[in-house]
Amino acid sequence: MPKKVVTGNYAAAYGAMRSRAAFVAAYPITPQTFIVEHLSEFVNNGELDCEYVEVESEHSALSACVSASATGVRSFTATSSQGLALMHEILPTATGMRLPVVMAVVNRAIAAPINIWVEHNDIMPERDSGWIQVFCDNNQEVHDMVLQAFRIAEDKRVALPVIVNLDAFILSHTVEPVDLMDPDDADKFLPSFRPPHYSLDPENPVGMGVFTPPEYVQESRWQVDRAMLEAPKVIGEVNAAFAKQFGRDHGGMVEEYMTDDADVVLVAMGTASSTAHEVVDEYRAKGKKVGLVKLRFWRPYPRDQLRKIAERVKAVGVYDRAISYGVGGPSFIEFRSAAYGLQVPTVDFITGLGGRDVSSDDVRLMFDRLLETARTGTVKREVVWINTRGVEP
Amino acid sequence: MKLKEMTDEERFTGGHTACAGCGGAIAVRNLMKVLGRNTVVQNPACCLLVFGATYPLMAWKVPYQDVAFENTAACATGMKRALKKLGRDDTVVLGIGGDGGTADIGIQALSASAERNEDILYIMYDNEAYMNTGIQRSGSTPFGAWTTTTPVGSVKAGKANFKKDMPQIMMAHGVPYVATLSVAHIQDFINKVEKAKNMKGFRYLQIFAPCPTGWRHDTAKTVEIAKRAVDTGMWTLYECENGKVKINRKPKTDPPEEHLKLLTEYLRAQGRFRHLKDEDIKVIQDWVLRKWQDDEKLAQCRQ
Repeated sequence: MPKKVVTGNYAAAYGAMRSRAAFVAAYPITPQTFIVEHLSEFVNNGELDCEYVEVESEHSALSACVSASATGVRSFTATSSQGLALMHEILPTATGMRLPVVMAVVNRAIAAPINIWVEHNDIMPERDSGWIQVFCDNNQEVHDMVLQAFRIAEDKRVALPVIVNLDAFILSHTVEPVDLMDPDDADKFLPSFRPPHYSLDPENPVGMGVFTPPEYVQESRWQVDRAMLEAPKVIGEVNAAFAKQFGRDHGGMVEEYMTDDADVVLVAMGTASSTAHEVVDEYRAKGKKVGLVKLRFWRPYPRDQLRKIAERVKAVGVYDRAISYGVGGPSFIEFRSAAYGLQVPTVDFITGLGGRDVSSDDVRLMFDRLLETARTGTVKREVVWINTRGVEP
Repeated sequence: MKLKEMTDEERFTGGHTACAGCGGAIAVRNLMKVLGRNTVVQNPACCLLVFGATYPLMAWKVPYQDVAFENTAACATGMKRALKKLGRDDTVVLGIGGDGGTADIGIQALSASAERNEDILYIMYDNEAYMNTGIQRSGSTPFGAWTTTTPVGSVKAGKANFKKDMPQIMMAHGVPYVATLSVAHIQDFINKVEKAKNMKGFRYLQIFAPCPTGWRHDTAKTVEIAKRAVDTGMWTLYECENGKVKINRKPKTDPPEEHLKLLTEYLRAQGRFRHLKDEDIKVIQDWVLRKWQDDEKLAQCRQ
């Protein structure tokens, strides 16, 4: 199919349609709204054969998806920020029941103050919910990852829900050329839905989510942990299968750029990695050995890959579009844990909160600081706030 | 279906761990005998979750799910729509919660599902307080009742507000069927469950289900107390089918002195009302008589 110029929200909705989502529960929130609007158009135009429910809240949206998935159909929803926070209670429920629900999250700042622009502080509280989480940096990736997400989620070895993250406005409302998938190709990649474990079938009654005493809960937590540890293998397989069929390799757990001989690397999530990509080219042209690690999967966390990279470079920077107050960026904290015991200096860069632009200059500052750190062997400032009024970076 | 024609086959089996005399358990056992095997159940946090489905024990012989507390109607929606997609539209989806899970925390999802006229059967078993967490006041707790959050103190005693009228709220949604049931009026109970089972669209039943533990009454008196609730008008048995309202049993409100006597007996049989003074009982009587007049007028104008 020829490429079409579409928004990230359209790409997400199209991906859900091509995944033949059989159940969608939808509630509007800026900047996610267009996803559910597009899906309702697909349904009302007869392009998507789907039970579409206009629920009264995000809480009910995910609740309905959990029960529809448990009853045996492929289920999809989308949200953002405050809506995700309202859903929070139900996220671990999907995990505990091992339900392969897929959700697009358009990352937006969390109140207060209220703000509708990009930030990752909405998704970070869901880190421990047991959902697999991937971050995208272009609209093609959003489209492709919705399909991949279902295949990963529905794999028996995983059987966990998946969130596909896309940055507010930078992707959600910005048009890019996207190769929209043909239905036959999509069907070939993603087989029709089969529940990975049990479903609520009157022919074979089971109980889900029942009251469970201390004698049994810990084992179920262990099983989820095992599934999360197993997931990178499946993610790699799905990425390879996708690349083979469509010729687009998104990199699996992480995408490395110019890291082989790099002196310093920057680890970034979401669209900031596109900006960083440009700056890497610019610095390489000047002979500066910088590299980029696009952190695609946030859960499971690519600990081993990152550790291997950290072992061979002189400094590592982590870019965070979120802040864990009083500590630093969540991605930085996670990287520190992965690099435990290694002597490599690490720096956290925080900027782009509440939708503030992350410019090439900001990224240059990051690489300059990392190169300086590599040269001197000392970290000038561990948590660096960039482009913040009254704050020296 | 007549009571004597009811099946012996249990879909909510014995061996569950409800308290002796639990009105909720009586309700669910009989309910499931009428609904039968082609049913899928959504049940939030409440006593029923604990006494009917504590792993590895399971009283339900139909598929059963608990997701959370406030989303029963949303989850039941997901189940029904999925079954429809799978070509199993004949399966009845039952959402059943307590009064806290329905009238308080669950009313948002409930109202939305009713407004969308989802094809689900929603049942509130009403024991007039949060019993599972240890007898706290809910929107469905009657005026004056002691609970652990409306304790009898030296300055204040019992609930200061009146019971929320959930059946009226649900009728205002214009759904195909709303009915009130009691565990003491079993033939009426069967009739209404059977009717609801065979209808399409959103159906709301509210079952008056005494709780000896929370109401502080003799465990052998559950049915008797439920009967008296209907006789006094504390609980009106009626139904609204496609907009038409029918009273199924009239309370004994005449003469008012006799009614006051009956009401006093009802209240005095329960420890939760032990502290009430005569003037409190008069307040309750005024409320009951006004409510009954309203129900009767409604039935007259929506025949």
